[in-house]
Amino acid sequence: MATGRPNSDDIPGTTLFDGRQSLKGYALNHMCYSFNKAENRAEFLRDEDAYCAKFRLNAKQREAIRKRNVLDMIAAGGNIYYLAKFAGIFGLGVQDVGAQQTGMTVEEFKAKLVAAGK
Amino acid sequence: MAKIIGGISTSHIPAIGIAIANGMQQDPYWKPFFDGFPPVRKWLDETRPDIAIVIYNDHGLNFFLNKMPTFAIGAAAEYRNEDEGWGLKTLPPFPGDQQLSWHLIESLVNDEFDIAICQEMAVDHGFTVPMQLLWGDKEKLPVRTIPLEVNTVQHPLPTPARCYKLGKALGRAIESYPENVKVVVVGTGGLSHQLDGQRAGFINKEFDLMCLDKIVSDPETLARYTIHDLVLKAGTQGPEFIQWLIMRGALTGKVRKLHSNYHIPISNTGAGLLLLENAA
Repeated sequence: MATGRPNSDDIPGTTLFDGRQSLKGYALNHMCYSFNKAENRAEFLRDEDAYCAKFRLNAKQREAIRKRNVLDMIAAGGNIYYLAKFAGIFGLGVQDVGAQQTGMTVEEFKAKLVAAGK
Repeated sequence: MAKIIGGISTSHIPAIGIAIANGMQQDPYWKPFFDGFPPVRKWLDETRPDIAIVIYNDHGLNFFLNKMPTFAIGAAAEYRNEDEGWGLKTLPPFPGDQQLSWHLIESLVNDEFDIAICQEMAVDHGFTVPMQLLWGDKEKLPVRTIPLEVNTVQHPLPTPARCYKLGKALGRAIESYPENVKVVVVGTGGLSHQLDGQRAGFINKEFDLMCLDKIVSDPETLARYTIHDLVLKAGTQGPEFIQWLIMRGALTGKVRKLHSNYHIPISNTGAGLLLLENAA
């Protein structure tokens, strides 16, 4: 039966956060959701290994967090809204995250956005 | 009886809140965006709505994946703003209107929209940024608020057609409220943007401008898009446009565009603003 389930296969560079991704990424997203609270951000910074273990990250998720690599986090089931809270711990905004994912400098990424308005 | 005096739609990017906090409205980067708002504020000063229904999407503050309603409505005396993870200064609570909340709940559920009912609700930038843009110049917020939250985090998201119908039901619900109050419906989010993946930074000016135009005169055509279409044409966060469709659906009278603005880029987004009058 056609459910109209969005499939991102035909949209380049895009992973839709569907049920499959959500199942895969629950632990990682749960940890990042906890970063809404300042005391949890501080606890992560004090002992990153212990904090990741507390949320039972799998090896891929742990490695993506260790490398601070957003594309790897998405591949491991991460959702960008929760990942943005992780980025916030390091004072990084969505343009820093965009630059990392597209392999550009932040200045190049910003220029690309400006160009979209021309 | 309650009267829907109009609808407003605006983008709700976190960076806007930061720019307001730092008084950067007249910086060259921000000016073309903030300069869109004085005509809307003037209209609000003249029409003086009592209540704002604010349709927005939570970004992982009030809702997590453990419990993710498709549609949720506030029924609280006030709505708290909380830290979203970036340690920004939080805003004072926004006053609610519980009597109208329960009227809307009764009416929507009776109309077969089985919405999640929230007697506590923390509101993030999706709600607070539009409030600041519309009433931030006031010492005290001159409206009571009711948040209506839409899931745009976990696919499947509600279809644009469903959202437009929810808007219609919301319009009927407001207009059947027996109190003499003036209501403005605020749809937030959009327009095109993509935060995640190798396609991050995708913006589609042509599509955004078409949406800004058609939502006034021909919302039914826009309601026929699928979520997949919106992701393809407007980026992974482009589906936030469904909140504009709910707003538009609620306007059942003679709808006239009073003002609009569009600017690229604000943060990673094509930022849109629209003011619609809803005449009897």
